[in-house]
Amino acid sequence: MRSRVREFDSSTLNESVQNTIMRDLKAVGKKFMHVLYPRKSNTLLRDWDLWGPLILCVTLALMLQRGSVDSEKDGGPQFAEVFVIIWFGAVTITLNSKLLGGNISFFQSLCVLGYCILPLTVAMLVCRLVLLAELGPINFMVRLFVVIVMFAWSIVASTAFLADSQPPNRKALAVYPVFLFYFVISWMILTFTPQ
Amino acid sequence: MAAVDDLQFEEFGDATTSLAANPDATTISIEDPGETPKHQPGPPRGSGREEDDELLGNDDSDKTELLAGQKKSSPFWTFEYYQTFFDVDTYQVFDRIKGSLLPIPGKNFVRLYIRSNPDLYGPFWICATLVFAIAISGNLSNFLIHLGEKTYHYVPEFRKVSIAATIIYAYAWLVPLALWGFLVWRNSKVMNIVSYSFLEIVCVYGYSLFIYIPTAILWIIPQKAVRWILVTIALGISGSVLAMTFWPAVREDNRRIALATVVTIVLLHMLLSVGCLAYFFDAPEMDHLPATTAAPNQTVAAAKSH
Repeated sequence: MRSRVREFDSSTLNESVQNTIMRDLKAVGKKFMHVLYPRKSNTLLRDWDLWGPLILCVTLALMLQRGSVDSEKDGGPQFAEVFVIIWFGAVTITLNSKLLGGNISFFQSLCVLGYCILPLTVAMLVCRLVLLAELGPINFMVRLFVVIVMFAWSIVASTAFLADSQPPNRKALAVYPVFLFYFVISWMILTFTPQ
Repeated sequence: MAAVDDLQFEEFGDATTSLAANPDATTISIEDPGETPKHQPGPPRGSGREEDDELLGNDDSDKTELLAGQKKSSPFWTFEYYQTFFDVDTYQVFDRIKGSLLPIPGKNFVRLYIRSNPDLYGPFWICATLVFAIAISGNLSNFLIHLGEKTYHYVPEFRKVSIAATIIYAYAWLVPLALWGFLVWRNSKVMNIVSYSFLEIVCVYGYSLFIYIPTAILWIIPQKAVRWILVTIALGISGSVLAMTFWPAVREDNRRIALATVVTIVLLHMLLSVGCLAYFFDAPEMDHLPATTAAPNQTVAAAKSH
């Protein structure tokens, strides 16, 4: 699941498992830092990988799923529903930007969209902690504020990476679906209610 | 008939430079050296379009129509084939949305805005936005209506997103398919001046649904009168866009069939909007402001006064 940018070092076959795992974890961590402090850089695009998006997606879906006891028929999303929304949403946005004439590769775009879910995952963690306190309007206001800030952060981070790859007269057309995607995820986070 | 000086030969340079000079131009790129270059212009699409062309004030409509015959030349299994359906710029999408919001009597949406360049971007993303707008607004409005009730526990109602998606996308694709089939069948019996391709019909339907996005958001207001006024306005605008688009396509036909077609189109549109309102938005029981104080007493009082 990694791009083959690293030099062909046959000794990676003989290294210890810890070395392999630490190298990949460091790469993922470096990309997390790039998302948290978005500047125009090529790191996410050059060395794309899908480990980070997978970790984030699974974490988010685990936290968002409703309880296993399905007392009401119309609750929040299940694990599979969140998973499908995130991955199919990312694939649709990637197809859309490629069809509009963008010159970004399929997996690079998936990588960027997946990594930029990081702020929203942080928002979900914060919301879960806030929900342990007493429910009420103040509780809701705090969660609303956190979700809005993280939503804006995700949008800024992803446009910093994606905007350059679009033809100049179609930038808005390519960015709007990203906005819709993160808006839907933010809505799911905001409306999460514990059982 | 277009002016003669519109038909002078233009030197086409590199695709990028010609696109920079004239954003409306259609460019083709020849990938495979084995392919024959497609330089022959497409056949002019019938002189019957003259009367509608007079309504257009634009002089490069002829060029795009002549070039349009070369557009969809890649085989359907290549990626480039599908790229031709997304060959629109930001300002074109905005123009088409504006055209669907302000129907001008006598001007045809397809002739004026689509002009042989139907896109799938608009219909797809307008439908996606509408699905989420309806689901989210319905959820919000139900929350606001039931806010004070003691037995109410808020649920995000996630199932409704998939139901909304099925309804909206089925409407936006199956109804144009049926309408296109019907028009093709009538065309074989009665020679119509104006005929539309399947993608143009999908395009019109997609853009005509745009008005429902702000309508769905405004449906959060839990007042019956407000909601029905919004339904009427939205139906009026988008219904008139559809009616004015399809009237020229059927007016040559038998009077009754033409009227029945247009009436059916508007009726289906009304069914969609009223159905969405009824299913996704609970009826507001209280006619006055939502309960923020002394909630149980007000609920009981309102129930008694009905």
